[in-house]
Amino acid sequence: MAAPRRERRSPARAGPLPPFEHIVVVHGPTVLRVCRALLGRVDADDAWSETFLSALRAYPDLAPGTNLEAWLVTIAHRKAIDVHRAHRRNPIPTDTLPDRAATTAPPGDGDGDDELWTRVAALPFMQRAALVYHYVGGLPYTEIAGILGNSAAAARRAAADGRAALRRRYSVDTGSAP
Amino acid sequence: MTTPDPVVPAPPISSGDLAWLRERLILDADSAGLLDVAYRTLDTPVGALLLAATTEGLVRVAYLTDGPDDILADLAERVSPRLLEAPHRLDAAATQLDEYFRGRRVTFDLALDLRLTTGFRRDVIAHLPDIAYGHTASYAQVAASAGSPRAVRAVGTACAKNPLPVVVPCHRVVRSDGSIGQYVGGIDAKRILLDLETVA
Repeated sequence: MAAPRRERRSPARAGPLPPFEHIVVVHGPTVLRVCRALLGRVDADDAWSETFLSALRAYPDLAPGTNLEAWLVTIAHRKAIDVHRAHRRNPIPTDTLPDRAATTAPPGDGDGDDELWTRVAALPFMQRAALVYHYVGGLPYTEIAGILGNSAAAARRAAADGRAALRRRYSVDTGSAP
Repeated sequence: MTTPDPVVPAPPISSGDLAWLRERLILDADSAGLLDVAYRTLDTPVGALLLAATTEGLVRVAYLTDGPDDILADLAERVSPRLLEAPHRLDAAATQLDEYFRGRRVTFDLALDLRLTTGFRRDVIAHLPDIAYGHTASYAQVAASAGSPRAVRAVGTACAKNPLPVVVPCHRVVRSDGSIGQYVGGIDAKRILLDLETVA
């Protein structure tokens, strides 16, 4: 299942919701990093915008005690799946190949991690998502399992497989241990 | 030793990226009808003010003596948590307040949202703009004009809880003996406002 279902509760809320401004200031940077790590720069901006607009729409009905970071990453994940499916469904014709390359371009500014980002972008989507939500989003595997719709053990395994694949490719690419 | 794990690092982002995305969120939220409360701050001769507006009008003017957190939390709870720092909606209010503090404006021409005040207090607030610029009225006079001549103390409370100070001129309400009385922004601020209106 996706995130825990939130029920509408009218009268009693455990605590009042903080202003949404606070959510943007506190969680905006991390969600942008997650989107960039998952989608590359170009699609990340759209995913961030759609995530926060959706979040703003749903915000007044948010259940008290919700992990806000996990809630936002859950929404971002759905946007990322949409992007991912769109790219798979519509294999990009040769003449628009540069666009395709841009969507998996490294999220950094050419600061030295670009090779790593290219390898991350090449991972299967679930492995990439598990790695990014854990290492960039800082979420525990129990929360990631809720987002990916699997178990904490499966989420942890996906991340471990992703790390192993990165390590293998690193050795192959460089021909030696780093 | 074994090969170190290439753990995924956090991609760098710049404050410019976030500022641009924020702008876009405000525009998207406003056009989707989701920007319930927009706010900004404004520096004035009586200190920093927080201005907040719903789609209906200016809903809050607050002295920022203790920072914005409590005021914003109160707005989130009593109006809506869909609240963003979005200065554009407050452009007219900020301009008119600027003009007022330069002595170039004597009345405010702004849509007001009075939802943060109800009952007798709301009646009092609604009557305060009847006290003309440069004039004062006593708490007793305001009580009489609100139709409850004995509710002098309640008028004091209504002024103290005025959600729109400066714009709704509770600073023009003084004691019957001519002394200045209390003010939500402090006595000094009240004196500055009254002096401004006398000199201009």
